[in-house]
Amino acid sequence: MTAILEIRGLVTSFDGFKAVGGVDLTINEGELRFLIGPNGAGKTTLIDTVTGLVKATAGSVRFAGKEMLGLKEYEVVREGIGRTFQTPTVFERLSVVENIDLAATFRRPLSSLLRRRRGVDDAVAAALQDVGLVEFADKTAGTLSHGQRQWLEIGMLLVQNPTLLLLDEPVAGMTKEERTRTGELLQAIALTRTLVVIEHDMDFVRRFASRVTVLHEGKVLCEGSIAEVQADPVVQEVYLGRAADRSGGVPSGVESHQHSEVG
Amino acid sequence: MRVRRRGASTGSRSPWYGRIGFALVALGFLVLAPATLSDFGLNLFTKYLCYAIIAVGIGLAWGQGGMLTLGQGVFFGLGGYAMGMYLKLQAAGPGKVPDFMSWSGVEKLPLLWRPFQYAWVALPAVIIAPMALAAALGFMVFRRGVRGAYFAILTQALAAAFVILLVGEQGYTGGTNGLTNFNQAFGFDLADPTNQRTLYIVTAVMLGGVFLLARQLMASRYGHLLVAVRDGEERVRFLGYNPTAIKVLAFTVSAGMAGLAGALFVPVVGIISPALLGVVPSIEMVIWVALGGRSSLVGPVLGALAVNYAKTSLSNRFPSGWLYLEGLLFVVVVGFAPMGLAGMIGYARSALDRFRRSPASRAAEAQRREEEAVPV
Repeated sequence: MTAILEIRGLVTSFDGFKAVGGVDLTINEGELRFLIGPNGAGKTTLIDTVTGLVKATAGSVRFAGKEMLGLKEYEVVREGIGRTFQTPTVFERLSVVENIDLAATFRRPLSSLLRRRRGVDDAVAAALQDVGLVEFADKTAGTLSHGQRQWLEIGMLLVQNPTLLLLDEPVAGMTKEERTRTGELLQAIALTRTLVVIEHDMDFVRRFASRVTVLHEGKVLCEGSIAEVQADPVVQEVYLGRAADRSGGVPSGVESHQHSEVG
Repeated sequence: MRVRRRGASTGSRSPWYGRIGFALVALGFLVLAPATLSDFGLNLFTKYLCYAIIAVGIGLAWGQGGMLTLGQGVFFGLGGYAMGMYLKLQAAGPGKVPDFMSWSGVEKLPLLWRPFQYAWVALPAVIIAPMALAAALGFMVFRRGVRGAYFAILTQALAAAFVILLVGEQGYTGGTNGLTNFNQAFGFDLADPTNQRTLYIVTAVMLGGVFLLARQLMASRYGHLLVAVRDGEERVRFLGYNPTAIKVLAFTVSAGMAGLAGALFVPVVGIISPALLGVVPSIEMVIWVALGGRSSLVGPVLGALAVNYAKTSLSNRFPSGWLYLEGLLFVVVVGFAPMGLAGMIGYARSALDRFRRSPASRAAEAQRREEEAVPV
């Protein structure tokens, strides 16, 4: 297994507060890795830093051997890292197929975009198929349900053919069936690409995760299979300790799960 | 190999009624208006068409691209002054300086003026100069993420600075008087109504061209991208696009349109001066677009024509009242009809459709007919 993403000593601080406080993380090619941790653990900030949205204070992020820190957001995307956001952000005025088409043409020069779209490119049609939105192709994205928007976003990523996908809570707010479908979609994607998924829902993580990294207060707490992570006394301490003083805002999935199986 | 699908596959090609509508309006502009309007009325209407060209540009930059430009007067002015300088030199005759320069004691033609002796410099300059300025400004500010109110204030400051420059350099620019007293353009007498009618046709054709250009841009992938930047610039960055280039292009095109409008304005109205392009006129230009409806491309044209017609006819009768009315209209539209005139037309049309289609209305209609059928 070769490492595709190597994060070393990454620090991101906001006005002195270290949201990410020295993270070392290696993601291997073809992995489907889940990032979990209590609220404020620095999961999203970590992704924000890797993708150039937030500036790192120290450390390095090497993707396929190339340093990513210092690149602009769109440059990182062009290197082959795609991401989604916690709240799906699609272009509501445009139709589903237009959204995906827009994502597909990102490597083309601006001058070639001055012509009208004629027909649907194969890659766009394939992405529509992959995320199961074929029948909604001509619908305005604004009319989609929350779950469909999330799929549309994943479709917009897929059509760009990235090597590494960073998904921020893709199943948040989804129904049970939608979660299952999304999980299967993620596993299918992981056959050909590398995926890092931030997730709060422990049931979902247990069903679909192979390898899990636990983040806590900006640092990697532990890493391993879901069983190993759950058995780790430090992880139990963090989650149970937080669960005890209700103010911690521990995600409900984690909380109930820890009570029932670990406790 | 591409998969062709029905519906979405054709992109957003204009429907047949759109084309017929455009053809009808074009016919009205090119045949009906010249046939029915007096020389004076047609001259006024030509001026409104110039304003409509600016409005299409603002619609593109602001309505479609979300860049609220409060300095469009600058680009209008650059086009106007470039044309004015050429006409002024034509009026002065070869080797002489324009009249206002000799009044200010400038005896030798300034370096900046010299290229404008030639039509082949002056005519391209009316579009290229504003576009170059907009591209340079846009590149500097959009790259740093300046947008929203900050961008608006910046462009307004540009308009203010431009006026100060024009007024301050009286010997070179004609000061507050601006450039005026053109008797002829390209060998045609500007006072001759026939030539003014030709100028009207040229302006109307230019407006049509500008409108179609904006339409084409918005129907292209680039148009989708521009709307996407307006609605979620951050997201567009994470699609791998650099929003700066996208915004600069729309802003530059809109500046070119304003420049073209300025160049047409000068021979039509016979003057270009700082009072026509400062902060207040620049804001008025945005008001036309807001009133007409910035979310469509027809809206800005409608707004420019309607507001300027109202301004001419009302400010004759209530000289001091117009500005208040304009302000009030702006507030009302922003508050209650953000889609403007064009939005109201669209709303009325869909309401009519709904009325026609709703079963309740059909039942009511049937009942009414029945009642009518009963002999009294």
